[in-house]
Amino acid sequence: MNALHKTALAALVGLTLAATLPVNPAAAADKEQFFPVLVYRTGPYGPNGVPWANGYVDYLKMINARDGGINGVKITWEECETAYATDRGVECYERLKSKGPTGATVVQPLSTGVTFALTEKAPKDKIPLITAGYGRSESADGAVFKWNFPLLGTYWTAADIIMQDITKREGGADKLKGKTIALVYHDSPYGKEPIAMLEMRSKLQGFKFIKLPVTHPGVEQKATWLQVRRERPDYVLLWGWGVMNATALKEAIATAYPLNQMYGVWWSGAEPDVKDVGEAAKGYNALAMQYGAGIGKVQQDILKYVYDKNQGTGPRDMVGQVLYNRGMYSAILAVEGVRRAQEQYGKKPMTGEQVRWGLENLNLNEAALKRLGIEGQLRPLRTTCEDHMGSSWARMQTWDGSKWVMHDTWYQADMQIIKPMVRDAAARYAKEHNITPRDCAKEMTSGS
Amino acid sequence: MFYRENGQFKTSYVSDTQIFPILQDRWFVAALLAVAFVAIPLLGSDYLLRALLIPFLILSLAALGLNVLVGYCGQISLGTGAFMAVGAYAAFNLMVRISGLPLLVALVLAGLIAAVIGMVFGLPSLRIRGLYLAVATLAAQFFADWVFSHVPWLTNGSSSGSVTAPNLQVFGLAIDTPVRKYLFCLAILCVLALAVKNLVRGRKGREWMATRDMDVAASVIGISPVRAKLSAFAVSSFITGIAGALWAFVHLGSWEPAAFNIDVSLKLLFMIIIGGLGSVMGSFFGAAFIVLLPIFLNQLPGLLGIPASTSLISHLEFMTFGVLIVVFLIAEPHGLAALWNTAKNKLRLWPFPH
Repeated sequence: MNALHKTALAALVGLTLAATLPVNPAAAADKEQFFPVLVYRTGPYGPNGVPWANGYVDYLKMINARDGGINGVKITWEECETAYATDRGVECYERLKSKGPTGATVVQPLSTGVTFALTEKAPKDKIPLITAGYGRSESADGAVFKWNFPLLGTYWTAADIIMQDITKREGGADKLKGKTIALVYHDSPYGKEPIAMLEMRSKLQGFKFIKLPVTHPGVEQKATWLQVRRERPDYVLLWGWGVMNATALKEAIATAYPLNQMYGVWWSGAEPDVKDVGEAAKGYNALAMQYGAGIGKVQQDILKYVYDKNQGTGPRDMVGQVLYNRGMYSAILAVEGVRRAQEQYGKKPMTGEQVRWGLENLNLNEAALKRLGIEGQLRPLRTTCEDHMGSSWARMQTWDGSKWVMHDTWYQADMQIIKPMVRDAAARYAKEHNITPRDCAKEMTSGS
Repeated sequence: MFYRENGQFKTSYVSDTQIFPILQDRWFVAALLAVAFVAIPLLGSDYLLRALLIPFLILSLAALGLNVLVGYCGQISLGTGAFMAVGAYAAFNLMVRISGLPLLVALVLAGLIAAVIGMVFGLPSLRIRGLYLAVATLAAQFFADWVFSHVPWLTNGSSSGSVTAPNLQVFGLAIDTPVRKYLFCLAILCVLALAVKNLVRGRKGREWMATRDMDVAASVIGISPVRAKLSAFAVSSFITGIAGALWAFVHLGSWEPAAFNIDVSLKLLFMIIIGGLGSVMGSFFGAAFIVLLPIFLNQLPGLLGIPASTSLISHLEFMTFGVLIVVFLIAEPHGLAALWNTAKNKLRLWPFPH
């Protein structure tokens, strides 16, 4: 045996020893609530994934530091990098789903593609799926999608609200007749979600709707914007994510397309999207999922209990950014789901099934929002067996060259258009999967 | 000492031409099959089955299919993802449109449809070769990407282009638990791997290899290059088509055209290059290397109890993986399968090499 072999052998023995050492102190394990955290901190979507992940984890840290957990149940979590890829997302889900004393509490993949895959898997494992502001639009129908919670809005409500704002700007529902509206979208389930809604609106309001897909990751958009130059649409809706957003804005400027006629979805309206373009992106509009950037009471608590003790996940100045806040809201909704379930089942770690009940009976009224320190940031939200979305409030914001300026008008999606669409799509899904929709009227009376 | 063939005499042609001529190999394979079919379903956790072994089995199958084309017939293809997509969407459409169609029949039909499409895109191989052919097969990739995201009929009118697998069952048995899914994939893989192994040992395989090594010489000795190349495309696409259908139905459950994009084609090509071109064994090694190693590397810091941030782990994973690819290709340019063979030959003489 020569020296090299000896070193290799020693290293191997060392590794094996290290691997067998107990890593997790299992003492307090029975009073813990485990949160899997599916994130992407690398790759072309990393710039947008990082603030979301930091907000999510920081809130969990803050709840542990400030309140000692959820009613005394300590929160534990583990991150897993999905790189926004469906297969890695599924692997992460499988890796984390049975950790902790009660298994995974809720899964929030922050990817519509992963959501589609997990929608098939989560019901079998009895783990609820929160997709705040993304995911399958028809999953708002809780009677069919028992385990999905697209809280705070879906892409159908988002597209509807953007169209409402454009309609208002044009001065009436009939004013859009003959106009052209283009959708520049990420060619993935995420980008394609709003198409059904916009096609419906184009039929109703008589505008011409053109679809301009951009392939992943979206750094090459010359052909797309050539088409914009040729068609000269009156409005361009942007459904991008990651590097695609900044690239789209740069291409729009290069095409001399007026940015104030460009509307982004709430995933195309954060700091990483406009930062590089800066002053030149002035006038670009984007939807805000209720609240944009800012620091309220809950963010101050995070700064006080987490960052002042050098426990912060990311840089301090990221706290309060648009996507940071959105990651934090996602964590708040998950924690509140657990809290609601504890009211029903006792102050102990909750199983996925119990948290599902909690999420379905969530009632965040003004008082609850005040208690959470997010008054003025989110509007009241209430879920039921039929409605897994809770609310669809949103506002518009405009980039003024250095910061996002929020508009005053609050919009709610037009449920007269959306409800039948959700019902039809959900019914079709139920039929394909042999799911018998739950009778919500019956559950309401027997459940409480 | 343990691995030598002294005293094993081949007294008939049958015993001379069997797949595993050495007794120890036969025992090894029997033990491997016993572990795969009995021990793993009994002992394996959900995570092991669903996140590691099922993708490994399905991608091994796809790599095997590609190896027929690239490794045995020498036709470089970058369109594997496309043929997988054809298989997946064909099986989906068959199941949705023909009610009561058994899953196995749908899989075989999907494989046949993929084979036909593969032959169509294999036609350029009659005129062009090498890297130029690779570029031509790239067309298949982009064509499939485009077709499946822009022809609503193929996705049954799904608004987001994402479709969901119907409920799976074979002979009335629902394929719903991880163990059943695993066994289903394993059974299909075993049958097809055996078929490929026999194909490449037989006349057809020799035609492919002759064409690969020098097509002019092959045609001089009476091998029709047209038939050799197109049959390789057909067999390869048939297998990758079935692998695609399994990937979509069994592993993903719900998928969009992006699940079969160019990354998949390249990944499969890397698998067979690292695993070993022209080797059935190599397809498995390559799939294990590309599928399992990154996941293992990603979990290693956690297993060792080294605190590291998610992004750091992820970057380390990429770097280590890249370095390992380079190391293996330098150490053994013919792939892991060749490494395996060298080890076997050494073992035959061990511990008395002289």
